[in-house]
Amino acid sequence: MSTTEHRSTGTIYEQVQASPEFADLRSRLRRFVFPVSAAFLAWYMAYVLLASYAPGFMSIKVAGNINVGLIIGLLQFVSTFAITTAYGLYASKHLDPAADRIRRQIEDAT
Amino acid sequence: MSTLAQAPAPTTVGNVFVNIGIFLAFVIVTLVFVYRASRTNRTASDYYAAGRSFTGPQNGVAIAGDYLSAASFLGIAGAIAVNGYDGFLYSIGFLVAWLVALLLVAELLRNTGKFTMGDVLAFRMRQRPVRAAAATSTLVVSFFYLLAQMAGAGGLIALLLQIPNSNRLGQSVVIAVVGILMIVYVLVGGMKGTTYVQIIKAVLLIIGAAVMTTWVLGISGFNLSGLLGDAVANSPKGEALLNPGLIYGGSSLARIDFLSLGLALVLGTAGLPHILMRFYTVPTAKEARRSVVWAIWLIGIFYLFTLILGYGAAALVGSEQIASAPGGANSAAPLLAYRLGGEILLGLISAVAFATILAVVAGLTITASASFAHDVYANVIKRGKASPDEEVRVARTTAFVVGIVAIVGGILVNGINVAFLVALAFAVAASSNLPTILYSLFWRRFNTTGALWSIYGGLISCVLLIIFSPVVSGPTSAIFKNVDFSLFPLSNPGIVSIPLSFLLGIVGTYVGANREVDEAKFAEMEVRSLTGAGSEKAIAH
Repeated sequence: MSTTEHRSTGTIYEQVQASPEFADLRSRLRRFVFPVSAAFLAWYMAYVLLASYAPGFMSIKVAGNINVGLIIGLLQFVSTFAITTAYGLYASKHLDPAADRIRRQIEDAT
Repeated sequence: MSTLAQAPAPTTVGNVFVNIGIFLAFVIVTLVFVYRASRTNRTASDYYAAGRSFTGPQNGVAIAGDYLSAASFLGIAGAIAVNGYDGFLYSIGFLVAWLVALLLVAELLRNTGKFTMGDVLAFRMRQRPVRAAAATSTLVVSFFYLLAQMAGAGGLIALLLQIPNSNRLGQSVVIAVVGILMIVYVLVGGMKGTTYVQIIKAVLLIIGAAVMTTWVLGISGFNLSGLLGDAVANSPKGEALLNPGLIYGGSSLARIDFLSLGLALVLGTAGLPHILMRFYTVPTAKEARRSVVWAIWLIGIFYLFTLILGYGAAALVGSEQIASAPGGANSAAPLLAYRLGGEILLGLISAVAFATILAVVAGLTITASASFAHDVYANVIKRGKASPDEEVRVARTTAFVVGIVAIVGGILVNGINVAFLVALAFAVAASSNLPTILYSLFWRRFNTTGALWSIYGGLISCVLLIIFSPVVSGPTSAIFKNVDFSLFPLSNPGIVSIPLSFLLGIVGTYVGANREVDEAKFAEMEVRSLTGAGSEKAIAH
């Protein structure tokens, strides 16, 4: 359907998609969300694997009755809260201004 | 045994009239909100998406209300009280899963969709087949989830209203009352009314859990290690309560089963249709992000409370008494409430637990009815030519039918252990929905064939593996104990069906690659998803 001729003019969305500003926004989003997603999934799976295959390690007492397993489990909470906060800050600083600018361009053009 | 005889007999714990009174107060307050919400229910967008008028924080609280089902409150606290550390593992999976929704799904979905998950899945595909597939998987996930909630209601009634399991008729009447109330919420209030119910319930639930947590910590002198020590001393499992392995230790198969469950939990949340639909109730993607941020904090803090409540129940009530109470492990939190604050606190916690089932079931019903009306009726049957009024009328009828099905199903499965259905709903969501959501948002070449292979492949493999798993037949804990057709050894299919569905999405895309990718549609989807241009706007009332 979409011939090369169609693409050269293109819809407003195709023009925007081809613009360097949009490419920059897309890469800034992906630069954050892809590595961070890989990291937290790996960290979570490492925790699940430790709990099922290394119960001895998880049972080591650190302070009183508090053991390694509890600490690593609580660290999963800490990392989740930290990533949530970091993404919120990153998005409002590096994503929202560009997204708003491009959206206004499109809405003015249509 | 003598210690059990001395302890207050669990069947006579609490005062039924206090429980019912507090629950009625909740119902009346929520009905007022639902009625007020109904006055601004005019358009399809009002009914399905609350006019997109909720703020991020409001929606975040509602998401927490939708997500913190009776299973997470009573179930996780109970699992920790009886089985210790392994109960904690569940809550971590349920929480970390929200990062998938935050980083990869919520905002992009809000920007591209309108009312349902199908809007996003079918955005740049051939509408009818993909919408039919999306609706099928939405209905399957919602139905499993719904049935699990309704089945849990029976056990809760036994515990809270002191209608014993022998009184089937009494329990059935209560299930029917719950179902009818829920239908009223959905029909009268639409998404706005349902959202208010969820907000009120979430606030009550979190405050109740916070009060109990502070109380437990106060008793133990704000000494976590001491509390854990008391729990160990009061449990027949002893020291093992603090270590992983009480449920999922042992055989290598049990360990793989646990990996499978862990995978389904972490990847399932961002594919649950009733959660995804909540992102449409806010005006912009930025508000969708704020709502997830709020939800993550609330859900995370709540799960930290359940950790204390679970070990607190083991320490103060005792694992043995919890396990032998009617409702089993699920009674840990209510029994702890009684131990701490007597009848009044028990009544509050019981009413909140009951309200929880009501709110979650209402959210599921509106999702299932929206998917049927918007995806199947308006787009598959009427080929996009149904008027919005007609669509909403179909949605209301469907909500009524879903409600009746929930009541009948709930009565039929009452007493049968269908707790695995929640884990299955997560597994189906992770295998049939998430791959297609991610591929269509991020992979240019992804096409209709890939979407269909991935959705149906994930859905069918998941359901088949469950049918042939040991939860359905074989061991004495299974639904059918007298026959054994359990060919698949794991009780959770995620570890097979999730990778399979991702793979089928790729294979299907290459098989269907003779049709050219709709570049214009992909450009529109990508630009819209990242910038919010052309996204559905809020309605001002």
